[in-house]
Amino acid sequence: MSVGSRDFWGAAALSLLFLLVLLGVWQLATPPKQHAAGANDEYAKLMGRGAKKTEGFPTPSQLGETAWKNLADPFYDRGSNDKGIGIQLAYSLARVGAGYALAILFAVPFGFLIGMSPLMHRALDPFIQVLKPISPLAWMPLALYTIKDSSVSGVFVIFICSVWPMLINTAHGVASVRRDWLDVARTLEVKTLRRAFRVILPAAAPTILTGMRISMGIAWLVIVAAEMLVGGTGIGYFVWNEWNNLNLANVIFAILTIGVVGMALDLAIGRLQKLVTYAD
Amino acid sequence: MAFLEVQGLSKIYPGKDGKPVPVFQDVDFSIEQGEFVCIVGHSGCGKTTILNILAGLDTASEGVVIMDRREVVGPSLDRGVVFQGHALMPWLSVMKNIAFAVRSRWPEWDRIQVEVHCQKFIDMVGLTGAEHKKPAELSGGMKQRVGIARAFAIQPKMLLLDEPFGALDALTRGVIQDELLKICAATRQTVFMITHDVDEALLLADRILLMSNGPRAVIAEAVRNTMSAPRARHNMHHDSQYYPIRNHLVDFLLNRSKPHSGGAPDAHQRGAAKVISFRH
Repeated sequence: MSVGSRDFWGAAALSLLFLLVLLGVWQLATPPKQHAAGANDEYAKLMGRGAKKTEGFPTPSQLGETAWKNLADPFYDRGSNDKGIGIQLAYSLARVGAGYALAILFAVPFGFLIGMSPLMHRALDPFIQVLKPISPLAWMPLALYTIKDSSVSGVFVIFICSVWPMLINTAHGVASVRRDWLDVARTLEVKTLRRAFRVILPAAAPTILTGMRISMGIAWLVIVAAEMLVGGTGIGYFVWNEWNNLNLANVIFAILTIGVVGMALDLAIGRLQKLVTYAD
Repeated sequence: MAFLEVQGLSKIYPGKDGKPVPVFQDVDFSIEQGEFVCIVGHSGCGKTTILNILAGLDTASEGVVIMDRREVVGPSLDRGVVFQGHALMPWLSVMKNIAFAVRSRWPEWDRIQVEVHCQKFIDMVGLTGAEHKKPAELSGGMKQRVGIARAFAIQPKMLLLDEPFGALDALTRGVIQDELLKICAATRQTVFMITHDVDEALLLADRILLMSNGPRAVIAEAVRNTMSAPRARHNMHHDSQYYPIRNHLVDFLLNRSKPHSGGAPDAHQRGAAKVISFRH
């Protein structure tokens, strides 16, 4: 067994141990409550089917049960307040995807422009510096007023939060393409478009992808908050809705889902980043 | 009229006190077709600037460069450049780096034609088998060979080499010098090369231009290499001309390069450089 793989298994075993300790502490801290039987039965009768209301903080096993239930049927749709976790995630991912794609379409060409022209860089820099630190949620009222559609407003908020890291990184990457490579292109009489796509873009690609990775991280953070605010659909709305239902097990399950999906998105862009990164 | 004519070339930069300071001035020389000319001088005398002006990457403050009866006004595929720092694109393989140049020269060629042409020049510099390696996987010497192959592959009318072997160890340098000599002899390529290495100049050049120190550097002497061709590194020092010329060059670099610096150039420095030719 190589040293590398020994390290891997060692780390994996330790991770598993930490998980078990965490679950153990959690289990001990949340003892199941004994209820006065009569009152509970009456309540159950009143509530009918969904009567198993959780009391207090859920135990790990209750969470496991909830997770299993959610994952077993992720795509059911029983009206506006009762949709499967898969459907909610799909809504969130669609919003993030749309806003993020729009941000790429806008930020990469403009980043090129800013990176190529020091004049444009100086002219647009004050705008970027002022707009960048604004919390994307602060745009929500304006978006709702002008767009008049909560779902599209969510997309806009994702756009506005993902655009800055991409714009800044693209401009930086394009501006710092090594002079040598541009000189090579000049001595070979390479035309502008070919130079942009064959020299500058591949040279700046790792920096651009870094911007995209940062943007995706922010977008996934923001979509949850945005959906809590505008409601209707999405994983953020799901969290808020389950809080209103006082179903903490579902809330915790949703939180974990958000984490796992965020990690998957980051890994996917990381994979892409590896593809365009070159060793110098 | 010679193949390349350089007339009254000066480059002036604003000095510390705002007064313009010429790095070099009144540089005149010419290069015949098929001639190999080296320029030798201390750092800071503007050798690289002269080469960049010949390449069309930089502009002179005064003076003109005429190649093949046409004034040089910008970079051109007629002049191939081998850069000091190899300037390979690290995201492209050896083959693709050269193909990028070949496609620029002959955009109408199909993939097979380009590949066959590239392969010829890869074989020429002894990199057969390394076609699909990325520059990061190559040693410094191999990278510089790719740079040389790329410059030769576009079959320019003239080759400009900016200290191409400066960063290489002595052994590798010797091997590549021999190869360059062989290739130049075979192709009758016109070459202008910057070097710090007196022996390198003696081995490769038909004529050696000696530059005085900057600012206000001039080409002080043009030394004709009278050692019989073909020269070879292993027996060059047995040539009766070797030591007289070598001593002359070293004396210039150590002693005579200085008096020219500072102050206005006197009458004999203006205009044509002193031509030195060793004869028995």
